[in-house]
Amino acid sequence: MSSRDRILARVRRAVGERGPEPEIPRDYLRVHGVRTPAESTDLLAAHLAEYRAKVHRTDEDGLPPLLTRLLAERGCETVLVPPALPPHWLAAAAGPVRIHDRAASTPSELDRVDSVVTGCALAVAETGTIVLDGGPDQGRRRITLIPDHHICVVRVPDQVVDSVPQALERLDPVRPLTWISGPSATSDIELDRVEGVHGPRTLEVVLLGAQ
Amino acid sequence: MSGTYLGMPAFPEAAREAVRDGVLRANLRHATHTIRGKRALAVAELADWDRLRAAGRAVKDHTLRHLDRYLLQLEAAVTAAGGTVHWAADAEEANRIVTELVLATGERELVKVKSMATQEIGLNEALQAAGITAYETDLAELIVQLGHDRPSHILVPAIHRNRGEIRDIFRTEMGRWGRPAPEPLGDDPRELAEAARLHLREKFLRAEVAVSGANFMVAETGTMVVLESEGNGRMCLTLPETLISVVGVEKVVPTFRDLEIFLQTLPRSSTAERMNPYTTMWTGTTDGDGPSAFHLVLLDNGRTDTLADPVGRQALRCIRCSACLNVCPVYERAGGHAYGSVYPGPIGAILSPQLRGTADAIDASLPYASTLCGACYEVCPVAIDIPEVLLHLRERVAQGGPVTRDGIRVRIRPAHGHTAERAAMRAARLLLGHPGALRAGERLLARARRLRPRRLPGPGRAWTDSRELPAVPAESFRDWWAREREACR
Repeated sequence: MSSRDRILARVRRAVGERGPEPEIPRDYLRVHGVRTPAESTDLLAAHLAEYRAKVHRTDEDGLPPLLTRLLAERGCETVLVPPALPPHWLAAAAGPVRIHDRAASTPSELDRVDSVVTGCALAVAETGTIVLDGGPDQGRRRITLIPDHHICVVRVPDQVVDSVPQALERLDPVRPLTWISGPSATSDIELDRVEGVHGPRTLEVVLLGAQ
Repeated sequence: MSGTYLGMPAFPEAAREAVRDGVLRANLRHATHTIRGKRALAVAELADWDRLRAAGRAVKDHTLRHLDRYLLQLEAAVTAAGGTVHWAADAEEANRIVTELVLATGERELVKVKSMATQEIGLNEALQAAGITAYETDLAELIVQLGHDRPSHILVPAIHRNRGEIRDIFRTEMGRWGRPAPEPLGDDPRELAEAARLHLREKFLRAEVAVSGANFMVAETGTMVVLESEGNGRMCLTLPETLISVVGVEKVVPTFRDLEIFLQTLPRSSTAERMNPYTTMWTGTTDGDGPSAFHLVLLDNGRTDTLADPVGRQALRCIRCSACLNVCPVYERAGGHAYGSVYPGPIGAILSPQLRGTADAIDASLPYASTLCGACYEVCPVAIDIPEVLLHLRERVAQGGPVTRDGIRVRIRPAHGHTAERAAMRAARLLLGHPGALRAGERLLARARRLRPRRLPGPGRAWTDSRELPAVPAESFRDWWAREREACR
């Protein structure tokens, strides 16, 4: 008998006869509070900031100069770009060198890159979370992981949902999903929160919409 | 379960040692009280907390009752998404499967995401025996591994260490495992975290194989879910070519939608955050993104035996948040090592004796490692009635009875050391059944009350080791009652 059959047989013996089941109660809230789209965006910004992400707001015209400034402030010389990042986002002439994530590029090569700029799949206001699903403006999971500086652009209000239940119903589980709430952090030493350890130590979120 | 802790003293002895350690008690008190306060605030933010808790409990109970169906559905979904599913009845089999998978890659080292299941089966030791080095990459697990230590908390395994101790471990041990700690090294948490970042980064960037557990597995879609904070999980889950996940069979949930409950209750219960910094979800393999080979090892190792006990099976609802550890007055003083298991605290006190059986002295003593104050039940996000299971297991230890071991119904005998307890109960039954004898005994006791010893001799001694023998009143209740009624007439 294979272990598979053995385990399944043990389960069946253990649970015995299965009578009628009570329904799973789903009376918990879909969303905690009623908000206008602007209020949801404000809540997202507040929660992101509370987890020590840096939050910026701008419109389409203001985005390229803002990104240029944010990269320059860190002395960024090389920036990773996903395959379908809107070209005009990094349109400024004198910017850092753009690096493309190729199949052949090794983690060590990516480790030498200063920053990464991506879009996102959606953001969750109640928890201060951005979710990446590997879409063309986000790229592979590794590009938002190895560089020390991640700038993520969220289109507001279209990409903002209020709650975790609303986020899950908009996501495709077959895609690789990364939920990010604030930059990498640890509390393993005397429960003192320290940003960093392995993921990007600086997360900047740009809320892109009408000003 | 693995025999890693053979020779471990039973809980009372281990706890007695631990409470004498002033540094340990201070570290633990600081940590548990900090996180306890923060958790209450995070939970209070959600008006529907009780409903989320009830829903989480119902989803878990439902899944356990139909575990066979959901495991088969999960297997089909993972396979369809390009993964391979293996089934392991016990620790030995799981270790063998993982070892063979690693050897087949030609690699002799791997990186690990913090995982309770792999600790439970002693995977690192088994890999070591096969010449494979497993590097723990969670900061706390790294501290434990470098310190040749054992984890003492589910969420923060190095909770028993303070910054000075951690600096000393990094200074002396990092160089033996790879990149040494920078000199000079202070004890500021920021500096220590930076040392860990540099030490581990060289391992992440060259790793070809990773081993993880999972917080949840979705039967409907085959999606695996790992919650973490540092990003070491993301490193292990996405950079290597081969990913092997060892996951207890009870971690399955039916639908992707069910995650909406646990993604709200788990972070708030464990780290007291609205959401943990990173959650990774993956389904089989994805072309061009992440590992090209994914293996899922489904682990039983006593879980189906636990499922066979209608009272005890609720322990399988556990989502390993560790909230029960942080509120437990016994854990706070005794520390995690006293529990002699990778699962310490209240949940460990009910989980370990079920997964491993109660044959060992440590496992037989665990159901008694509690004041039954009920705080653990109050904070549990899946409403496990830990005190109920503790009492149930105490009865099993003292009285023996039917249990399931390795899938077979057997009857266990009362544990050694409980003979006095049973003799006392038999005597009490006899006396209470014979009122005349009871009255005579009470009068005799009242007259001899001045002779009351402070400690009992013989088998009763263990009981008076930690308690005063109660004073004997001058008159028994029954005599008093009779006299009072006489006076009223």
